[in-house]
Amino acid sequence: MEQPSVEQVWEWLDAVPDPEIPVISLVDLGIIRDVAWEGETLTVAVTPTYSGCPATSIINMDIETALRGHGIEKLELKRQLSPPWTTDWLSDKGRARLEEYGIAPPQPAGGPTRCPHCGGTHLEKLSQFGSTPCKAQWRCRDCLEPFDYFKCI
Amino acid sequence: MADNQQLFQFLLRMGDNTLILGHRVSEWCGHSPILEEDIALANTALDLIGQTQMWLELAGEVQGEGKSADDLAFLRDVWDFRNVLLTEVPNGDFGRTMMRQFLFDAWHSIMLGRLLKSSDSRIAEIAAKASKEVAYHLERSGDTVVGLGDGTEESHARMQEALDYLWPYVGEMFASDDIDAAMVQAGIAPDPAGLRDEYDALVGRFLTEATLTIPDNNWAHKGGRTGAMHTEHLGHLLTQMQWLQRAYPGASW
Ligand SMILES: [Zn+2]
Repeated sequence: MEQPSVEQVWEWLDAVPDPEIPVISLVDLGIIRDVAWEGETLTVAVTPTYSGCPATSIINMDIETALRGHGIEKLELKRQLSPPWTTDWLSDKGRARLEEYGIAPPQPAGGPTRCPHCGGTHLEKLSQFGSTPCKAQWRCRDCLEPFDYFKCI
Repeated sequence: MADNQQLFQFLLRMGDNTLILGHRVSEWCGHSPILEEDIALANTALDLIGQTQMWLELAGEVQGEGKSADDLAFLRDVWDFRNVLLTEVPNGDFGRTMMRQFLFDAWHSIMLGRLLKSSDSRIAEIAAKASKEVAYHLERSGDTVVGLGDGTEESHARMQEALDYLWPYVGEMFASDDIDAAMVQAGIAPDPAGLRDEYDALVGRFLTEATLTIPDNNWAHKGGRTGAMHTEHLGHLLTQMQWLQRAYPGASW
């Protein structure tokens, strides 16, 4: 088979959902740092979100399954630690999808700007940590609903 | 130039701190006073274990005997651990756990901040990753210490008791030895003793706001980071943490 282009591989990876927040893709999440051909071997550099994130190994498995499904035979996944992952790498598409899904996207100010349910701006933090390492728990005092905030890191 | 044996010891100190504290904190899973705290403690433990994997993986590489992070975590005995004693003391009540976390996080954040500039790029990379997580740990443990210290009469008393109990374990984090000297000379890591002023200022700021009093006596329990003598608590912790690998050697998921 002819070597698929790097652009094509990025497109395929953009169709692989994040295992914990399936409305965004691994590319949206900003953890795919590089895709390249080294001779016959396709290398994909992946950076972990949080060092202890249990989704990391699932993510690697999902990448491998997806690319093998597209006929990639020689594949090498590399862990890239540096520079460390930052929420600045979330794509605009990803940020919009997070909000639609009910998760407030990260903000440089360190807290959500509005409630993802009603758009209210009277917000309070419940806990610095949420259901996954990347989220914090907040509550909207306008609609009284709790919501997840994707922490800025 | 520091030799690999000294670098190995330094990496064990970093990795064993996060491993043992991570295990201790994970003991709260399902037992915390409220759900949010349970989740927060579990996430903190997870970060620490994740950092352990990076430190011990590098330690295994430097040691050069083909050992993985798991080998180092599960197949060493008490005398080979290099964590400070603070990380192995039992959890006590929730207040003591949070005080221990705070006293450690404050040191950890300062130490990792210095390691960002390590001459060893592998160490600088791990520090860059870990320091972002530890900033959140410190924010939370600091806020909790202030909230409980400056809280009810009961919570204040318990936090003061926790501080009195744990303070003698603080000094060990700043006790330098020849391994530290070698790290300093190679530009790999700072002299722990040189972090003390910054630590005292940082910790003092939070504890003042928490209306808590730092004990006068700066006498310190030592022996963990050199491996000379651990408390009796570490052996008990290891029997739980390591039993599966010891009962079923080589077992994997
Ligand atoms: Zn709302």
